[in-house]
Amino acid sequence: MAEKILMKGNEAIAHGAIRCGADGYFGYPITPQSEVMETLMEEKPWETTGMVVLQAESETSSINMVYGGASTGKKVMTSSSSLGISLMAEGLSYLAGAELPCVVVNVMRGGPGLGTIQPSQADYFQAVKGGGHGDYKMIVLAPASAQDMYDHVGLGFDLAFKYRIPAMILSDGVIGQMMEKVEMREMKPRRTAEQVKAECPWALTGKTPERERNLITSLALDPNVQEKVNLKLQAKYREIEENEVLYSTYMTDDAEYLFIAYGSMSRICEAVVDQAREAGYKVGLLRPITLFPFPVKQIQQFIPQIKGILTVEMSSGQMVEDVKLAVEGKVPVEFYGRMGGIIPSPDEVYEAFVKSFNK
Amino acid sequence: MKEELIIAGFGGQGVLSMGKILAYSGIMQDKEVTWMPSYGPEMRGGTANVTVILSDKKIGSPILGKCDTVIILNQQSMDKFESYVKPGGLLIYDPNGITRHPQRKDINICSIEAAEESARMGNLKAFNMIVLGAFLKKKPVVSMESVLKGLEKSLPERHHHLIPMNAEAIKVGMDKVVDINIL
Repeated sequence: MAEKILMKGNEAIAHGAIRCGADGYFGYPITPQSEVMETLMEEKPWETTGMVVLQAESETSSINMVYGGASTGKKVMTSSSSLGISLMAEGLSYLAGAELPCVVVNVMRGGPGLGTIQPSQADYFQAVKGGGHGDYKMIVLAPASAQDMYDHVGLGFDLAFKYRIPAMILSDGVIGQMMEKVEMREMKPRRTAEQVKAECPWALTGKTPERERNLITSLALDPNVQEKVNLKLQAKYREIEENEVLYSTYMTDDAEYLFIAYGSMSRICEAVVDQAREAGYKVGLLRPITLFPFPVKQIQQFIPQIKGILTVEMSSGQMVEDVKLAVEGKVPVEFYGRMGGIIPSPDEVYEAFVKSFNK
Repeated sequence: MKEELIIAGFGGQGVLSMGKILAYSGIMQDKEVTWMPSYGPEMRGGTANVTVILSDKKIGSPILGKCDTVIILNQQSMDKFESYVKPGGLLIYDPNGITRHPQRKDINICSIEAAEESARMGNLKAFNMIVLGAFLKKKPVVSMESVLKGLEKSLPERHHHLIPMNAEAIKVGMDKVVDINIL
């Protein structure tokens, strides 16, 4: 068995990036995710795998470096926290419009504005509904452990290249700062120039007499052309919704009541499920692992067996809107959340559960 | 086996590293562990605390509202965390600088004069290992052998020559812990 090392979620992102064969990381420090770049700088992957690690002068610059690297078919990524991601929003829309694969990590903190450095999940809408302008989507992964942080980097790149789409890892200060055991997976070498040419025929790898020039752009002034671009993007999003949903369940077989929570809140709800089961409640947990695509059908499957749903988030209630859209009013959907960097304790979530269950 | 504890004190007292050594010691015994620090302003001089969970099973919530043990190293932490201990649980504190001693009658309370003992050892940095010793005496959740291996893992190699001193400090803590209120 591979060695298990105690590390922070943020450190796991860095190790996951190096070991999944990433070509480049461009970032700008911000709490609570600065350990991502710190770890990369300590590991010096440019001396081993040849991966580039560069501190940009701003988040705007980082995301545009990602645009440049992704245009050449390289596995490139950045990471930031909430307000830094807002600065990247224009770039994310451009990446989506130009159909460029990349990984962007958001270790969320409380907002709005400069806010607090404590954990939050208030960027769900920004990640899932857009954030930048235009009709676009990103694949959004929600890690719930340091191991997930490690694994989601490689998974994010795989999905991003499969569909030519930006993939976001939507984490928070709890998962970023917490240390857990992480199993270091087998090292995957970086792709060679030949492999990039073969796997990314769209990439800017240098025109040869054998092929037409490639063009990477998000500009189409003719609305007839732009609408076609949009239709193509939408078809891709439907395909992703059909094929790439990931979720997990806990104690749901006989559940009459369902928690729905992602990331760090799914961990807290897991403890609450145990507590409620001890008190005799038949309750389970559904944790969306992909937030886009959202596990709509998987939630709908529970409708016949449950009396209600409690969605728990560190926000004013964002994902709960997608839960409501999924169940279409067929079962009551309640919400419990804390904001501004407060992490709800298992006890208060349990109380909220008992209250909404007995409604 | 499952042990949930919070260690709380001033930034710079070694609260976070004590938690880390404990977490590493847990890994040496193949336990599941989580280590969740307070982060941010605390690192710059205020209060610091860390939640450590060691368990034989997969760990759900890394955040606790109640816990088995609280280790308290300053007054602010006493004010905040005394109420976190589950009835029948354990509170360990260093009376140095404490103006309001713990009041509860439904928990076990022990004190460890870690600041004084570290001064006596002539090594103020031994403070957190003395506290760790006091905890391990009361709750031997990991073996001394695992702690030594955990120290090796969590300390950079250039500091490995300090491991015997740390081991000595842990033993001092084990010897000097005092029962205040035992149920």
